[in-house]
Amino acid sequence: MTLVLDSEVEELRASVRRFLADKAPSERVRAVSDSGPGYDPDVWSGLAAQGVLGLVVPEELGGGGAGHVERAVVAEELGRALTPVPFLASAVLAVDALQSLDDDAARTEFLPRLAAGDLLGTVAVAERGGEWDRTGGLTTATERDGRWELTGVKTPVLAGQTAGLVLVLARTGDGPAWFAVDGAAPGLARDRLNTLDPTRRLARLTFDATPARPLVSADPAAALDTVADLAAVALAAEQTGLMQRAMELTVEYATLRVQFGRPIGSYQAVKHGCADVYSAWEHAVSVVRHAAWSADHDRAELPVAAALAQTWTGPAAFAAATAMVQYHGGVGYTWEHDAHLFYKRAKSAEQLLGSPAGHRARLADRLGL
Amino acid sequence: MTVVEETRDTPMSEYRRVLRDWLAVHAPGPLAHLEPEEQLQRSREFQAALYDAGYAGITWPTSVGGQGLGQAEQQAFSDEAAEHELPLYPFMIGMGMCGPTIVDLGTDAQRDRYLRPLLRGEEIWCQLFSEPGAGSDVASLQSRAVLDGDRWILNGQKVWTTNAQFADFGAVLARTDPDRPKHAGLTMFVVDMHAPGVTVRPLKDMTGRAPFNEVYFDDVEIPVENVLGEVGGGWHAAVTMLGHERVSIGSARRPRRSPLEFSSLAERAREAGVASDPVVRDRLAELYAHERALALLNSRIRQETAAGRPPGARGSVLKLAGALQLRRAIEVAGLVSGADAVAWDPAAAGGDELALAINAAPSASIAGGTNEVQRNIIGERILGLPKEPQVDRDVPFRELAVGTQRREGAR
Repeated sequence: MTLVLDSEVEELRASVRRFLADKAPSERVRAVSDSGPGYDPDVWSGLAAQGVLGLVVPEELGGGGAGHVERAVVAEELGRALTPVPFLASAVLAVDALQSLDDDAARTEFLPRLAAGDLLGTVAVAERGGEWDRTGGLTTATERDGRWELTGVKTPVLAGQTAGLVLVLARTGDGPAWFAVDGAAPGLARDRLNTLDPTRRLARLTFDATPARPLVSADPAAALDTVADLAAVALAAEQTGLMQRAMELTVEYATLRVQFGRPIGSYQAVKHGCADVYSAWEHAVSVVRHAAWSADHDRAELPVAAALAQTWTGPAAFAAATAMVQYHGGVGYTWEHDAHLFYKRAKSAEQLLGSPAGHRARLADRLGL
Repeated sequence: MTVVEETRDTPMSEYRRVLRDWLAVHAPGPLAHLEPEEQLQRSREFQAALYDAGYAGITWPTSVGGQGLGQAEQQAFSDEAAEHELPLYPFMIGMGMCGPTIVDLGTDAQRDRYLRPLLRGEEIWCQLFSEPGAGSDVASLQSRAVLDGDRWILNGQKVWTTNAQFADFGAVLARTDPDRPKHAGLTMFVVDMHAPGVTVRPLKDMTGRAPFNEVYFDDVEIPVENVLGEVGGGWHAAVTMLGHERVSIGSARRPRRSPLEFSSLAERAREAGVASDPVVRDRLAELYAHERALALLNSRIRQETAAGRPPGARGSVLKLAGALQLRRAIEVAGLVSGADAVAWDPAAAGGDELALAINAAPSASIAGGTNEVQRNIIGERILGLPKEPQVDRDVPFRELAVGTQRREGAR
């Protein structure tokens, strides 16, 4: 097990960090979140040009032929910068779903376009309450004259309004199955949801006899588990990056801000809170590295590693963001300061793939409790 | 990816394999059933065998009797030793703290005199810093050494002294100049623990055991050549020694299964028939997450150390997290065991063991630097947050209030 990154991966990190600092600084994050599709197409194509959207896609399908360790580093940087891009939807969920299914035609058709960034993909599994149902939930797929149609409601769906390719888990007479739906398909209504986190768009997709293409899968439920675990790893990396940046900004402020004649960071009440955030972050980095390494090298360990990663990073990142608001005091509670963006992203991310209690329950299952 | 882990084909694993075979033959096995004196004798014999086989002072320079090897070999030894119950406890302070400090700061004569017997287990060492009035603030200690011709006369009391009951020598920190600020007026000495005026009393801790001692010095004579480092340079010597302590804490592995670790508590939950209770499952999963995350952090820091990035003050993160984990585990133990954690049939398996672990847990949050001190270290040395204003830094020691005193007019 390797928990140390090599210099190539660190170079990848540095290059993504430079790119985001240049093209997606905080003021752009705010502007982009407020308008249009909710992401900056130039940033998206820039990321595609750097080859980071298809890191885990094989080279012969236009990808980087790298691994989850590399992808986790990119996710960390996107989390640090709170970049509003559909990375998790397209470069993680959609890519992983296609790679976990057994449909060569779909893989060959979609993966090169997802890696190139000219097709935006997502996965629609969650239904009421957001938990991921392995049975396909209440969304049904029926076959009529050799054509398949979906009926049901999936919510929340990442980048659901903008995705050109929606991969859906639905219930059939023979159990759950995966389908590909065109984002512009007739009978598909896409409604933007109000979101706690302004930097990440979520939508409700309503399928009403929507035409769908069945995807070959030997075990659709097992494929879903893999997709969920890999997404848990990528999201945990994003949360770890968020934590790191929240911590840096908090420490910087606590060093500069003087009250009662000295920097507030010299008071143990503040200093110890920062130390606790640092400790949690060091743990988070370790847990995420382990999970990403497991995704690349030890799939038998992945279920525990992924559940562990979400169990740890969700609450830890929200605690770091809460500390950020708290130690910034009044200014941290203003709209003008960025602390609320960290707070909202962290709370939203903590619930995105299921609640912390749900992750702990999965961890308990996988530990044989 | 660069793999910094060892593989079976490298010379490193050869070292480990030879060591493993050696330990399989020479490890003495459990000694707990023997009388204390017999245990100590067997421990000394084993330490001498380690030295003669080239496994003592692995990272020490060859010029002082060490092996001149690296952290990788030391780690291999720690890992392999953890598979056995080795009686290394009497030599822990000497090997981990006093010896390395003599290597760093000792005179040639001191190195020649002390290091080889220390490595062979012929002479046992203890470390005498803490006092009743100087815990976290060690530099405020009040033990006093006064120069009298060619000797120093030492008076004072030390506390929490591990292994003093069988130590031959101690590294003692004493105040030699109370007119200077507290850090500047200290000197470290090598003291003969068998000298007249040295009294060692066992100190019972809250578990009822006495693994520590109180040590009293009454007009104890110390030859001038026993100054370790410089006169007035005691704080530098102490920091050097404590630096070695962190390394030795960080590299030690827990050899045996603790009743407060996840697997033990999960087993208890199954035995008690509560393992499927949703609250128990939730808390056990959380406990596991913290335990595993800490283990992964430990592994990561070890890998980074091997790759050339030393742990530095991040050792404080490991220590703090380990201490907090015990508190969490105690809570889960109560949840899992209920009244069985507090009252049990004397014949019941594990009852005494769990009670001892619960009662010993506070030690982890205090010994070797309290949780509060660890958070200060993390905040200041890692995050670079400003220190608190130090009101005592530049004041002559004799003008300071130290320890637990009733101030004039205070109640």
